[in-house]
Amino acid sequence: MSVVVFAEQWEGRFKKTTFEAVSYGRRVADMLGVSTVAVVIGSLEDDPSELASYGASKVVHFSEDSFNSFDSSAFASALKEVAVAEGARSVILSGTSNGKSVVPSMAIQWEAAPITNVAALPDSVDPMTVKRGAFSSKGYVTYTTSEQKTVLCFIPNAIGAVEFPGAASVEEGSVSAEARVRVKGVDRATGSVPLPEAELVVSGGRGLKGPENWGLIEELAQLLGAGTACSKPVSDMHWRPHSEHVGQTGIAINPNLYIAVGISGAIQHLAGVSNSKVIVVINSDSEAPFFKAADYGVVGDAFSVLPQLTEAVKRFKQG
Amino acid sequence: MKILVCISHVPDTTSKINFTADNKAFDANGVQFVINPYDEFGLTRALWFKEKEGGSITVLNVGSAATEPTLRKALAIGADDAVRIDAEPTDAYFVACQIADHAKTENYDLIIMGRESIDYNGSQVPGMVAELLGFPFVNACVGMEVQGGTAECIREIDGGKETVEASLPMVVAGQKGLVEEKDLRIPNMRGIMTARSKPLNVRPAVEATQRTEAISYEKPQAKAAVRMIDAENMEELVRLLHEEAKVI
Repeated sequence: MSVVVFAEQWEGRFKKTTFEAVSYGRRVADMLGVSTVAVVIGSLEDDPSELASYGASKVVHFSEDSFNSFDSSAFASALKEVAVAEGARSVILSGTSNGKSVVPSMAIQWEAAPITNVAALPDSVDPMTVKRGAFSSKGYVTYTTSEQKTVLCFIPNAIGAVEFPGAASVEEGSVSAEARVRVKGVDRATGSVPLPEAELVVSGGRGLKGPENWGLIEELAQLLGAGTACSKPVSDMHWRPHSEHVGQTGIAINPNLYIAVGISGAIQHLAGVSNSKVIVVINSDSEAPFFKAADYGVVGDAFSVLPQLTEAVKRFKQG
Repeated sequence: MKILVCISHVPDTTSKINFTADNKAFDANGVQFVINPYDEFGLTRALWFKEKEGGSITVLNVGSAATEPTLRKALAIGADDAVRIDAEPTDAYFVACQIADHAKTENYDLIIMGRESIDYNGSQVPGMVAELLGFPFVNACVGMEVQGGTAECIREIDGGKETVEASLPMVVAGQKGLVEEKDLRIPNMRGIMTARSKPLNVRPAVEATQRTEAISYEKPQAKAAVRMIDAENMEELVRLLHEEAKVI
């Protein structure tokens, strides 16, 4: 018996949230009294035994070339192969783009109960009962299932990674799975922090007055190692790409720190960011509704506050 | 092209969300329902396909009679006919089974849905329908063109985009980018009038188990009052973020 974890890699390196996924899996495995098996799909430069430090006792690596391009159904077949061989009770994934795409295929192929958007460790593992985010961050719903097999997909950065002592064996996995979707090209902003798993996010709204002023956001973000985001109007006006739009119809994020500059805080924006652990709002309008959802607020002009904040962070970093 | 667009009936994006006094259910009192915003992008993209190369658009919802105004709105926007599977959408697996069962005999070239509904945010139904039917699946699709029997789609990935190709029939989970916000259509008077006479077929649900159950609802904890920092004292903000909030 085991818990199986999708240990996602991107261009051969483990994603940061992969360690969170493995340790989440280990904590569920401990509740069930079973072992933790991590599954790596695609070629890997990182050392697979790194996953032992987060609780895996075994790593199964599917390294066939066909897995170097992503297909949700084929990836689910690899996970299912391991889930069946290891008599898994639960399969754990982080809610990244690929993780979210694999969950439904996995639930069908393995005939399991899927619970997505998971926001905490299970309340109980028998029956599996766990709290998940819903209503675009305006609520939580606790789900339960009478099924023995479950697929849990948690919100990246909602749980945090935990280290465990121990070692892991590494095995090669093999499965025949036909990809139904062929990847023709990838266009990825290099050096940027992917938003769904960013721990820190600096975000700009209409208050920045135009795309030419985004250097102010980017400089602070770079200094902090943060991802950059924007409000819906900013993406609608094409000042910034849609992939940076956080909010109800954009990306929902869950960082430790969200700094919002020149964003008034419409209910649809809050829906995507209110799960941030700490929110800083910088706005020239002291009546901006966002201040009600903020932990720290600064009333002031973005063009004077942002450079001062950047300078203060610089001095802090220099110690 | 014969297209199926699945429509969720969800609380309007500006709705205040409330739960019943016993926290066992969502309280729909006083809530306006709309077409799920993610589904609306897919519906408009389907209209573009139809306008360019002909074909038909069926919209489908799994729900009670209360969802019919939402289906009528989709008809007013331009869908040709509607199907309501008469059942409470108890969980994603149940809903996916209904859609797959309907689709398996209808020979759709393309099934489009939103990548998630803005109420339960499950993001499970599209991928399940694809897997149940054995169709290719593209999630978080932000652009799509079809030539012959092949679709080229752009898919949003963490921090970038991926271009993928698949053969029809297929399932696409869409979002903004499939069309832009400004392209979304508001039903006009003529559309609303003709929608009244378009077919809305009510079909019984097929047997399917419910695999998950929502047992309690809660609101996020209220935040403590905001602490205001003087705009001339960013050193203080950095200090608080480091020492008090411990996030940098």
